[in-house]
Amino acid sequence: MDWLGVLTDGILAVIGPFTAAYALSAIGLNLQFGYGGLLNFGHVAFMMVGAYGTAITVEAGGSLWLGILVGVLAAVVLGLLLGIPTLRLRADYLAITTIAAAEALRLIIRSSWAEPLTNGVFGIQGFADAFFDLNPFEPAALYGIDPFLVTGRKLWVMVVGWGVVALATLFVRRIIASPWGRALKAIREDEDAAASIGKNAFRFKLQALTIGGAIAGLAGILLGIEQQNVTPDAYLPQVTFILYVIVILGGAATVLGPIVGAIVFQFLFFTLDSFMSEAQANVDWVGRLLSPSDAAQVKFVLVGVGLMLLMVFRPQGILGNREETLIDDR
Amino acid sequence: MTADHPPMATPGSVKPDPVLVVDGMQRSFGGIHAVDVDHLEIQRNTITSLIGPNGAGKTTLFNLLSGFDKPDRGAWHLNGGALIGIAAHRVARSGMVRTFQLTRSLARLTVMENMLVANQGNPGEGLRGALFGTWKASEAEARGRADTLLERFGLTHMEDEFAGSLSGGQRKLLEVARALMVDPEVIMLDEPMAGVNPALTQSLLTHITGLRDEGKTVIFIEHDMDVVQEISDWVVVLAEGRVISEGTPSDIASDRKVIDAYLGTHHGEKP
Repeated sequence: MDWLGVLTDGILAVIGPFTAAYALSAIGLNLQFGYGGLLNFGHVAFMMVGAYGTAITVEAGGSLWLGILVGVLAAVVLGLLLGIPTLRLRADYLAITTIAAAEALRLIIRSSWAEPLTNGVFGIQGFADAFFDLNPFEPAALYGIDPFLVTGRKLWVMVVGWGVVALATLFVRRIIASPWGRALKAIREDEDAAASIGKNAFRFKLQALTIGGAIAGLAGILLGIEQQNVTPDAYLPQVTFILYVIVILGGAATVLGPIVGAIVFQFLFFTLDSFMSEAQANVDWVGRLLSPSDAAQVKFVLVGVGLMLLMVFRPQGILGNREETLIDDR
Repeated sequence: MTADHPPMATPGSVKPDPVLVVDGMQRSFGGIHAVDVDHLEIQRNTITSLIGPNGAGKTTLFNLLSGFDKPDRGAWHLNGGALIGIAAHRVARSGMVRTFQLTRSLARLTVMENMLVANQGNPGEGLRGALFGTWKASEAEARGRADTLLERFGLTHMEDEFAGSLSGGQRKLLEVARALMVDPEVIMLDEPMAGVNPALTQSLLTHITGLRDEGKTVIFIEHDMDVVQEISDWVVVLAEGRVISEGTPSDIASDRKVIDAYLGTHHGEKP
């Protein structure tokens, strides 16, 4: 067993751009779900329209920077389209609408009808050259301390990605600590009570949904840039649910929860993945019991068990306040 | 005729200086007329009790007046301004705030946050104000008022606790205090004494009379007749959605129609 290799895989995954993008998207979801109580089950769609907005703009001849702007605006528009009809209704309607709209949108994007714009199932590649042109590092060189080595290309995405995560965290912290954030939390607690003291619940919820959506749009753009690739099947519904896991694991309605959640989740996920494939290859009885593809599935089982244990023993997540989480909200 | 002691009146009587005027308000649920009020005026700067048997439509009337429910027809005016079709949060901002029969505390906000969130016109509630931090002055002013109110309602020692950890009686007090934080002209209390222990009830009654003495108008729903007799300036009796009687507490106590409404028409004579 290569224990060091297992650990290295986990740590490299944690610091990588993928974790940064998930943390960023989780920051958006935390604003909506943690602070605003909005059940947005289509969060992945915000990432998808962000990435596609950017890729399509560049394909059409625009610059990458215009593309990023278009991507974020597309996420804002999606937030308005989903929010305006549903946010005056009971909370369940937003949940139903978002989950359905996210899947419908993905299917439209991958349909042959949309191919002239989206290139269907094949997606759009190579739209982020302008980003890598600015790379101050040597793209092919290895940076870091052995065995934690990343290429200069990856390092550049990591620096920008985690930089955006830091900015988004500061932004959310500032608006949540303000009277705006307090009113949003009041509406999460009881919309009628908030209305009875003059708060326009619709306005606050729509703002939280679109701001959280715009942050998720940025996360989608970051992922698309890092991979130089957008394909519709990267935006399956389970991405949304992984993001919920991250938010709850880290501690919903805490400022740093989404980052901690993303780091812990990715570490467990990739360490387990690496551990199982090592064990399958090198430990006799594991190799006889499980095929390589079986071993790859075990991580999902273990992550599921871990989440159940978390809900039983620490429902507030890693950073949450237990008293606050368990409060009797009648 | 003085504002404090108008004569015995018929339902829908005209008041010298009404703050709230209701006309032809109807609300049906299925075939039942939950509220069917022809005309009702609430005198400014008084405590008006709304009484009536269970199912008389008191809370429904509250919901309609405060914008939480929409009448099938009818109009109502606060200080002459029409409130028809106005959303609940705008009714609150226009100076009429209500509380709920089943207390609605903002459980995962602290007691102080419950108070501060009820402050009106804080620039920090807009996104621009929130980002650029132009809200500190408004916040400081609000905190001062919140301190005074919390002290008045005996909640100062709880100000950093989550509202969800308060007792039922304390939540009632917090809800009234939070409503006052809006600084309304008219405050509508839906059974504020329910579930509050007798000692607290006395202090709550003192607060309510204090509000009137400060120049506010109080409308409240109450079942306890002793309480109604003790603090009301005027009593409005609802039965089956209609105003069947209104007058001073002593007039109402001897009104045949009211006794009938509460006990049914076939009750025996009192000894």
